[in-house]
Amino acid sequence: MAADFNWAVGGEAGDGIDSTGKIFAQALSRAGRHVFTSKDFASRIRGGYTAYKVRTSVDKVQSVVDRLDVLIALTPRTIEENLDELHEGSVIIYDGERTTMQDVEIPEGMIGLDVPLKSLAEEAGGAIMRNVVALGAACEVAEFPIENLDSALEKRFKDKGQKLVDNNKEAARAGRSYVADEYDHEFDYDLETTDEDYVLLNGDEAIGMGAIAAGCRFYAGYPITPATDVMTYLTGRIDRYGGHVVQAEDELSAINMALGAARGGARAMTATSGPGIDLMTETFGLIATSETPLVICNVMRSGPSTGMPTKQEQGDLNQMLYGGHGEVPRFVLAPTTIAECFWKTVEAFNLAEKYQLPVYLTADLSMAVTEQTFSPETFDMDEVEIDRGKVVDETTIDDHMSDSGGFQPHEITDDGVSPRAFPGTADGAHMSTGLEHDEQGRRTEDTEMRVEQVDKRNRKVETAREREDWSPREFGDEDADTLVITWGSNEGALAEAVEMLDDEGQDVRVLSVPYIFPRPDLSADVAAAETTVVVECNERGQFADLVEHDVLERVDRVNKYNGVRFKADELAAEIKATLAEGVEA
Amino acid sequence: MSSDIRFTDFKSDKQPTWCPGCGDFGTMNGMMKGLAETGNDPDNTFVVAGIGCSGKIGTYMHSYALHGVHGRALPVGTGVKMARPDIEVMVAGGDGDGYSIGAGHFVHAVRRNVDMTYVVMDNRIYGLTKGQASPTSREDFETSTSPEGPKQPPVNPHALALASGATFIAQSFSSDALRHQEIIQEAIEHDGFGFVNVYSPCVTFNDVDTYDYFRDSLVDLKEEDHDPTSREDAKDVILDNEKEHQGVIYKDESSVPYHEQHGVDEDMSVLPDGAPESATDLVREFY
Repeated sequence: MAADFNWAVGGEAGDGIDSTGKIFAQALSRAGRHVFTSKDFASRIRGGYTAYKVRTSVDKVQSVVDRLDVLIALTPRTIEENLDELHEGSVIIYDGERTTMQDVEIPEGMIGLDVPLKSLAEEAGGAIMRNVVALGAACEVAEFPIENLDSALEKRFKDKGQKLVDNNKEAARAGRSYVADEYDHEFDYDLETTDEDYVLLNGDEAIGMGAIAAGCRFYAGYPITPATDVMTYLTGRIDRYGGHVVQAEDELSAINMALGAARGGARAMTATSGPGIDLMTETFGLIATSETPLVICNVMRSGPSTGMPTKQEQGDLNQMLYGGHGEVPRFVLAPTTIAECFWKTVEAFNLAEKYQLPVYLTADLSMAVTEQTFSPETFDMDEVEIDRGKVVDETTIDDHMSDSGGFQPHEITDDGVSPRAFPGTADGAHMSTGLEHDEQGRRTEDTEMRVEQVDKRNRKVETAREREDWSPREFGDEDADTLVITWGSNEGALAEAVEMLDDEGQDVRVLSVPYIFPRPDLSADVAAAETTVVVECNERGQFADLVEHDVLERVDRVNKYNGVRFKADELAAEIKATLAEGVEA
Repeated sequence: MSSDIRFTDFKSDKQPTWCPGCGDFGTMNGMMKGLAETGNDPDNTFVVAGIGCSGKIGTYMHSYALHGVHGRALPVGTGVKMARPDIEVMVAGGDGDGYSIGAGHFVHAVRRNVDMTYVVMDNRIYGLTKGQASPTSREDFETSTSPEGPKQPPVNPHALALASGATFIAQSFSSDALRHQEIIQEAIEHDGFGFVNVYSPCVTFNDVDTYDYFRDSLVDLKEEDHDPTSREDAKDVILDNEKEHQGVIYKDESSVPYHEQHGVDEDMSVLPDGAPESATDLVREFY
């Protein structure tokens, strides 16, 4: 694997860290390099430490590592926060003229490049461009052709006029020249470019794009970190495809609007995070029992309550599986990569309509706000298929009428799936309700009908188990004695950890599970392994509990719940430690 | 739609379990007649009902319908109408559903001005739970949960609507069948959010706000010097605590409904069998 390069820009919220990082990531992507980004941020608009990190290589990168080669530090705290990741020879670019940075100490063994970012920016046309000066300086350090940065600057600023684009290009060159002229260090980096075309996107954007591709036409949501990007992505874009986004007054309203649109026959979605799911749970039961197809996206963050709203966690698994009073089936999908965020969204809409039930589509903070490069063919729109399930029209509705002539939206069927009529379909008028109901949707407390309807709803799950593919994704050594199971966004870090373990002679088989319910039966896999380790970002081991429940065997667990995602090197060490403990026992 | 639709086509085969004499019978009849008179039929109508005695209306009417969770009928109606501009949407609920648990949605539904009709069956009491104070109960109205009365002023829904930018505010009385139907019809025909509060007496738990009380005290705005297109006139009527009124209190004739404001005019239920044409443009944006 080619050497990777790790870069970051950090400062206070309000310093333009996000857009600076994004521009650099875009420049690398446009230069045909793979990119994986991550963000450290706090839930505030100004102040507080925030950083945007970029890992890049000509090979695929799908995780963050504990290493930082070049750091643009706008505040002293940026250096303090990253001391563990900085190493001998790391370059720190800073502006010694900035009041807070005047007395900054560059740790021993590292190279401090004092670049007058603000002054050079002012010469180029405005102090606001100081971060772009720093990007130019970084290009010089990394021997990265500045034309790639030009291309990213054009994309970012072209709507604001050529003058601004030119000023920014000039600012970048000022930074590059300053480093070239003032410092005669030989840096070790040489960021080669390739002819590959890549797209760069985060999980929330992939979900939004997947929704449009899947024919979602209506989205209602209420802003909440880290799900808001789904809504901002769809706003203005879904309209081009005949859809609409509503910012609701709260999550209660958001899910009820989505429910209304779904009853109207639209493919509808809402997205939120744990606190929003709490509020939506009452309506969730109504959606499930009225057999309404709906996709509910839960971009998880650290809980409970307000928890750590800008930190990573996979703690809502049980909430999605069991939330709400009474018993009613739902599906839970958990895409394992950013690309899969797109495809699982498409799948979620199909499953929702084929089985007429709510589908939780869950991502988590680290995947939602992390960008990664992919070849554009990864998102081949010709591969998208839309299956609306058993929808009846004027000509087919006659087969689904009761003896008294009423349409039966909850008809008892062998596969559990009933016919669905959109408003406007002649003779299809019916009520949907959260009350237990008969085949026509009319309230009933008849003991036999109650049991028939409960069984019918559950039969849909059995049908789906048989008809659909619920396989996990597999990699590593298929004959290894050690089986590592994970779900959700840990896949990338785990894939790289497995390579590291392989280099050390430790064979590992990995099953990365995107289906939480229904889920694959892993009994044979666990039985075939000597040791099974379940990796997830929560304290309880919620997925490990499910695995144990399914396979009737104890498994080992690696859990992380400090608010930070797994890193590849850390995960490799954790797995090794767990295996070592097992041997001692 | 066919012209031979009769209001009884909107009746389901379920017999209402409302108490004999309940105001909700008259309220529902007016809704059904209003829908039929304005050229709708059950297959192009969507009724959203909340929870409570009033919420049962979805069961007793025949149309596409959703009987939702408590207080969230308006968001459901909003979603239906946005997805299906071609469908007539009518939302019905009680004073508890609309002004207590669902009050937040009321304000924002009014602001959005979605082209639908909202009928609140206001009996100033919680009936289904057997007689507790509602948000429109009088300050001194004694109930099982307020033995000396709620000791707080009732919500003034019309004032709330006007303050939120309503384009149609009306009051009717379930027992005055003709006027009630007329007012409902006008709300249906209004381009925007047609809000009708209906005095719909509870004969079992409210012995204060009775049929006799409303018959004796209601002043019909049609017979008064009232200009419904004037916000000033509307304000005077709404803030007049001395009288009970019926009629159209306010109507903004230049109302622009949500779907026109936002260009939402497609039937969203129609989809191709693959990704939309030019969806690949979305991928290109990420270069």
